[in-house]
Amino acid sequence: MSSLPKPDELARVDHRPRETGWMDTPVEFKRGTWCYPGKPKSLEVLGLPNPRQWSPEDEDWKLPPNWKEIILEGLRERLGRFRSLQLFMDTCVRCGACADKCHFFIGSGDPKNMPVLRAELLRSVYRREFTTAGRLLGKMVGARDLTEQVLKEWFYYFFQCTECRRCSVFCPFGIDTAEITIIARELLNLVGCNIDWIITPAANCFRTGNHLGLLPHAFKDMVEFCTDEIENVTGVRIEPSFNRKGAEILFVAPSGDVFADPGIYTFMGYLMLFEAIGLDYTLSTYASEGGNFGLFTSHEVMKRLNAKIYAEARRLGVKWILGGECGHMWRVLHQYMDTMNGPADFLEEPVSPITGTRFDNARSTKMVHICEFTADLIAHGKLKLDSSRNDQLRVTFHDSCNPARAMGLLEEPRYIIRNVCRHFYEMPESTIREQTFCCGSGAGLGPDENIEIRLRGGLPRANAVRYVREKHGVNTLACICAIDRAALPALMDYWVPGVGVVGVHELVGNALVLPGEGERTTDLRSNPLGGIEGDAHGR
Amino acid sequence: MGMALSLILTVVLVLIPYVGVRVAGLPFLFAAVIPYAAAITFVAGVAGRVLKWARAPVPFRIPTTCGQQKSLPWIRPSRFDNPATPAATVVRVALEVLFFRSLLRNSRFEMREVSPGGLPKLAYFWEKWLWLAGLAFHWSLFVILFRHLRFFTQPVPGPVGWVESLDGFFQAALSSLYLTDVVFLIAVTYLFLRRVTIPQVRYVSLPADYFPLFLIIGIGISGVLMRYFFRVDIVAIKELAMGLVTFRPVVPAGISALFFVHLFLVSTLLAYFPFSKLVHMAGIFLSPTRNLANDSRARRHTNPWNYPVEVHSYDEYEEEFRKQMVHAGIPVEKEDR
Repeated sequence: MSSLPKPDELARVDHRPRETGWMDTPVEFKRGTWCYPGKPKSLEVLGLPNPRQWSPEDEDWKLPPNWKEIILEGLRERLGRFRSLQLFMDTCVRCGACADKCHFFIGSGDPKNMPVLRAELLRSVYRREFTTAGRLLGKMVGARDLTEQVLKEWFYYFFQCTECRRCSVFCPFGIDTAEITIIARELLNLVGCNIDWIITPAANCFRTGNHLGLLPHAFKDMVEFCTDEIENVTGVRIEPSFNRKGAEILFVAPSGDVFADPGIYTFMGYLMLFEAIGLDYTLSTYASEGGNFGLFTSHEVMKRLNAKIYAEARRLGVKWILGGECGHMWRVLHQYMDTMNGPADFLEEPVSPITGTRFDNARSTKMVHICEFTADLIAHGKLKLDSSRNDQLRVTFHDSCNPARAMGLLEEPRYIIRNVCRHFYEMPESTIREQTFCCGSGAGLGPDENIEIRLRGGLPRANAVRYVREKHGVNTLACICAIDRAALPALMDYWVPGVGVVGVHELVGNALVLPGEGERTTDLRSNPLGGIEGDAHGR
Repeated sequence: MGMALSLILTVVLVLIPYVGVRVAGLPFLFAAVIPYAAAITFVAGVAGRVLKWARAPVPFRIPTTCGQQKSLPWIRPSRFDNPATPAATVVRVALEVLFFRSLLRNSRFEMREVSPGGLPKLAYFWEKWLWLAGLAFHWSLFVILFRHLRFFTQPVPGPVGWVESLDGFFQAALSSLYLTDVVFLIAVTYLFLRRVTIPQVRYVSLPADYFPLFLIIGIGISGVLMRYFFRVDIVAIKELAMGLVTFRPVVPAGISALFFVHLFLVSTLLAYFPFSKLVHMAGIFLSPTRNLANDSRARRHTNPWNYPVEVHSYDEYEEEFRKQMVHAGIPVEKEDR
């Protein structure tokens, strides 16, 4: 976008609230902050309501005539279904502890990006329609009518939340804005208000098994492209199987790792790891997507897309499932999959065939995170690693939001990184682990047209990277999420030039010594080994 | 605006019992009828609210994890910030309720200009004051309420006396000065000042945020005035209190108007409680991001309203793409005839 301001202009954020009260400040659709609406064709594939051509900039959003009833009925239904929603509508005291925890507020200064106000956008309508005090006292108790203006405001701000859950870490009542955003988006979807960067991948995933809509043969081609690259670098030819019945393990990665740079290097890392240990696994073209854009649409679409993983595991007769590096994907796998599409009684409790470790923490869902799997392999000394092959990299680690705050997968990736790299530096405490800052593009907010708000949302993360870059010369940001891998490179180029983005298993792939490999002269990206001039190495 | 309105309302609430008792001569209304009505509203209202919450199911296990998960045996899990068992989860909730664990993490950020033309830098600082004031406010309020048992019991239970002597360790003139009274007033004043001086907090504040604060300040001030500044007839007040709890309400002579103000504000607070944000007192126990163990991959959580959905089955998939699959050498269930 040519209109994008320079970093030092964009970073000067005014955090003072506006003159007018928030209820009296109408939403303004600024270019660079909102996303294009869902294409009617994609809505039709998923059978979602009100497919049409429209734009948030239009006056008329072509809502169904009874849109208000639909939304209010939808809200009533969800209040009865989710205790979380009921509580989060009732218990907020507006203490403001969450206010400056949101990366979008820090980066934009827009008061409605304070989690408390984002939630009040929905709460105000809840109070008006579902509480006596709100019906009688209106504005006094923070209640307001649901109007088209309010609906537009919802669209603007609930598609400006990445469901990262950082605010919920600090809330004394555990109010989780992600939960509120999920349900608000679900309501918006009832009247056909959604964004194309979510709906089209979801529709693709429904039909073809992955977000980009790769057909089975194309998916296989992309994987083979990765194996060609591996052969170029290592001299070892890897032949992964597809849809193979009787394999011990089904491996499901976010499809972004299969087709998008730099995710492909992470995917190469996975394949090399499996080759090194002789794992009996298969990939599936039908369940070729671990990521789940249904989570950003509704609980129902989430379930519909997620169903493929267990269905395919059952059809292929595998024993258990291994999952690649991805953020919201793991929120779904860890907190929703078993409940929605389980019980997975046709699978076996996951046991590492190499080390014999029983993954007790996954005994019901039967799906293991690859970082858990690899950390266990390293701890048992089953991998031959040459960490000097990553000497050109000075690495820091970005905890992806959902593995951190919806799982607690904090040490496993760090353990791996420490074993495959010799230069690892942590960012400041208040920006990592459960307090990690979002990349600013999660929860389906990764298109080009909202780049300004993405860069703003990514500011706190970038600022922390800049800190370790200046202090330790960090040049590499490692992460365990496909959206991070897609979003962070642009973020780094803008805010902290000179920092590359890698998946943890790309680092593993670099360090891993494959049986029968030739001498490596480059890393997986074909950059020469041996470190950059002036870097500390050869100790 | 909201603040002024709340303040005016509180002043009116102070005047009502004064006029009601002194001018209209309705002590029984203010000493018994209104307190009873308020107590019933409080109990029924809070019970109704909690039942409403409890009736809504918890379809998914969605704890916010704030530390290392329990996974591999050699990785040390964060036992209470990421509880793996129901027992550890009880501890987590207890830490929230008793010590405001989450609020203890609170931080504040600053944007600092480093060099002209360069990028400003973000810095984060531990912001303990909200946590400290919140904790001081709630705990001192609890102790003060506990001390009030003196008025509602005969004989007064031992622990009430112990707390009193501990709390009144500092002597002020003839009567002891309760530490909690001082802490309470300081904390609640801080919470109020914070709400009006931090621009963001002020911006999100509703009349419904100022009103309970003023009400509580009013209750505190009227209580302190009675205890330390204007002598009230304690014997008569105790007689009234005992009458209320034994359901034989009487209004002894000699009770000052100040007491009626105090009692009326308390009644207002009780009646207001279930319909306001004050229900956070009960809600904190039920929050699904805090009161569930992070064991959703180890133990299956069931959703009572889980319903079948339309999926795209493998058969439909193969039907559509069989030709390409066969061509690419991907195994299929049915070869084309």
